[in-house]
Amino acid sequence: MEKFYQIWKKFGKNFEEGGKLQKLSSFYDAFDTFLFTPNTTAKRVGAQIHDGSDSKRTMILVVMALIPAMLFGMFNVGYQHLLATGQLGAGLTCALWWKAFGFGLLAVLPYIIVAYAVGLGIEFIVAQIKHEEVAEGFLVTGFIIPLIVPINTPLWQVAIAVAFAVIFAKEVFGGTGYNIFNVALITRAFLFFAYPSQMTGDTPFVRVGGTWGWDAGQLVDGYTTATPLTQIGTTTDASLMPVGFWDAVNGLIPGSVGETCIWAIALGAILLIVTGGASWKTMLSAFIGGGLTAWLFNQFGPDTAAANLPWYMHLVMGGFAFGAVFMATDPVTSARTECGKWIYGFLIGLVAVVVRVLNPGYPEGMMLAILLMNAFAPLIDWCVVNANSKKRAKREVKL
Amino acid sequence: MLSQKTKETLLGPLNVNNPVVVQVLGICSALAVTVQLKPALVMGIAVTIIVALSNVIISLLRNTIPMRIRIIVQLVVVAALVTLVSEVLKAFAYDVAMQLSVYIGLIITNCILMGRLEAFAMTNKPWDSLLDGLGNGFGYAIILIIVAFFRELLGSGSLLGYQVIPDSWYAAGYENCGMMMMPAMALILVGCIIWAHRSLNKEEK
Repeated sequence: MEKFYQIWKKFGKNFEEGGKLQKLSSFYDAFDTFLFTPNTTAKRVGAQIHDGSDSKRTMILVVMALIPAMLFGMFNVGYQHLLATGQLGAGLTCALWWKAFGFGLLAVLPYIIVAYAVGLGIEFIVAQIKHEEVAEGFLVTGFIIPLIVPINTPLWQVAIAVAFAVIFAKEVFGGTGYNIFNVALITRAFLFFAYPSQMTGDTPFVRVGGTWGWDAGQLVDGYTTATPLTQIGTTTDASLMPVGFWDAVNGLIPGSVGETCIWAIALGAILLIVTGGASWKTMLSAFIGGGLTAWLFNQFGPDTAAANLPWYMHLVMGGFAFGAVFMATDPVTSARTECGKWIYGFLIGLVAVVVRVLNPGYPEGMMLAILLMNAFAPLIDWCVVNANSKKRAKREVKL
Repeated sequence: MLSQKTKETLLGPLNVNNPVVVQVLGICSALAVTVQLKPALVMGIAVTIIVALSNVIISLLRNTIPMRIRIIVQLVVVAALVTLVSEVLKAFAYDVAMQLSVYIGLIITNCILMGRLEAFAMTNKPWDSLLDGLGNGFGYAIILIIVAFFRELLGSGSLLGYQVIPDSWYAAGYENCGMMMMPAMALILVGCIIWAHRSLNKEEK
């Protein structure tokens, strides 16, 4: 390792001021910091903090937390494909298990590649223009995008949406750490509003046709590929329950790649909470807010399928859990005060369920809820800080 | 033909002193009428005519208007011209007039008009005022046309109502971008134009 580091540093001489490859110095710098920094720790005497954590380490942590959801999502893409094309008549054999995973892997991989290639490409170009280091912020964004985009979205649309989001939601505000809105969600929102036919309705979430021409199938007669939330949003039957609670938790249902399995999301959530990568307060309060709102709709709401859906079903269906764990907790765009996190999370849950129940045009409200509260997060923080200073000022007068 | 100063009066608003991208006036109508190129074109012409004529009229009256009621006098002149243009459009270009609907009437409230009347026509001679009005009208129209060009091309795949994106593209999977049909995207496009304009005119700060 030490030897490789020496060679790497020697190679880096080319990029210094006056070197041959000086123009590309931010490329070198990006890989240098990615692989080798921070490589200093405090001396092992005395009472220093030995943690070398920085934003890059945090980002890698979040990517690790997302891996269970990603792996399960890949399997589920293939599993839904097999279901929809009627290949699972005799149950899930070992060969079919591998076929499902392979199919999903081939289907999801292009999205990961496109998201990273476009997003990082723009980041590298901007870093060159501004003579800055390449920030590592896109690592997580690029990994989340394939998880929240429907599996049938054309790749060129994903590329345009990623470019739009990185430029207009991030770089114009000053790059990583300065964005107001969650970049991955802006990507999805752009797709949602620009190409609505690819994002809504029955067809987007299950791939019936083949991947790269492999295993193209025909939809089995009468089989529905709509997500449970879409079914609820479009039905006239006020007591419809498309899936059971445990089906929704286990996640072998149609949906965006990463959002279906609650177990995989829970694994990620545990990793994030244990390592301090994300705030448990935001997560918990989002679930409380969503559950409470859904319960109120159960009691007093209109007589529609969405309002009658039990409150615990709202929490495990659609992107609620994924959004609450991985996107509401984004440290850049969420509220930063501890008290503010409770309010911020609670309002996300509340708005998400309100959109689901009251707006038939949007069967899923999590994306809009998080983006809306992103805009309000600074206001929440401002109120919390002000309330605190007022409280302290009052105490001062009493003395 | 023109002296340096009159040249500046006429051509300045087209670029370095553009009413939309530099003074950021008249944004609301720039968002509302730019979904397609044709209404944007008509709107640009209408505003140019109204700014130019009202500039001339106010400039002629400038020494007789009492200062305290000048705004209401300006408004009466603009309102009369807007009504005229609106009637002419309804008579000769009914479809476009219907597409523009209230926005023709709302030219009265266009900030560029009041801005030019207050800032220029009240203190300058009629000939200069005419050039200033024409310049600002064209400056406004140019931005409208650029925004509408991209919105119609990318949002509807057509220009002036004629389809320009070939059917083979649609067959290959191309889709129109619905985001372009929304006012939000017009704002982002105007932002892009401002961005490009500022980068090209760095020394004008």
